[in-house]
Amino acid sequence: MNEQERNERYNAYIEAKMPKTKPWPTLFHAFWTGGLICCLGELIKDLFLYFFPYMSTLDATNWSLIILIILASFLTGIGVYDRIGAYAGAGSIVPITGFSNSIASPALEFKREGLVFGLMAKMFIIAGPVIVSGTVASIIVGLIYLFI
Amino acid sequence: MFDPIMYLKVFAIGGLVCMIGQLLIITTKITSARILVSFLLLGVFMEAIGIFEPIKQFAGAGISVPIIGFGASLARGAIDAGNTLGVLGVFTGGLTATAGGIAAAILAGYVFGLIFNSKTKK
Repeated sequence: MNEQERNERYNAYIEAKMPKTKPWPTLFHAFWTGGLICCLGELIKDLFLYFFPYMSTLDATNWSLIILIILASFLTGIGVYDRIGAYAGAGSIVPITGFSNSIASPALEFKREGLVFGLMAKMFIIAGPVIVSGTVASIIVGLIYLFI
Repeated sequence: MFDPIMYLKVFAIGGLVCMIGQLLIITTKITSARILVSFLLLGVFMEAIGIFEPIKQFAGAGISVPIIGFGASLARGAIDAGNTLGVLGVFTGGLTATAGGIAAAILAGYVFGLIFNSKTKK
């Protein structure tokens, strides 16, 4: 059996064995869970503005993001966020809670490889690229605005 | 404050953004890290060309809670600090504006990483 034929048979085998999830319901799952997480953020922001009337909207927004981030890390720690993620797909990845989950999840996973090179280093396995690309892009945008 | 119409808009736009992410996953089998990076860069771009602010006025947390809002804060911070401090501001502004979120994520990830153990392995 030559290599190409083998690869084709392997691909056909994988195609047959792969669990078939209907794609369209997951769109709806992502929609309502993502929308709900955003509403939770809006609610926390409104609560801050309600209890601290002198707080600026920007500060209240920052507070709401920080609380969502801490909440998502906690839910990752107790194993609930993974279950939400299995149902919600991108609904749990795209909100800021997904960024928080991407830090907490490898921190838990790689703790057994040690505190420094396990937990602390692997925390940034997904968040690293996010921060690097975001920082570089923001500096480029800032420079363009400065000189144009 | 506590305006039901606003919450409806937050739900619709926030849900729509996440649905676009899910559509990308279905059609291109893109990984979650790439989703985060592309939506963040989309946010930087939207802020740069000035379409983020009007959407945020309309939908509030619906666009600022998705990671697009994180990217937009980075860009807004760099642009604003650049206006007052020059090139130094461009370097300090982006991360200053987003420092709260990054610090909270690092702290929470570290603390809960120490406290809890991974549930996924058997």
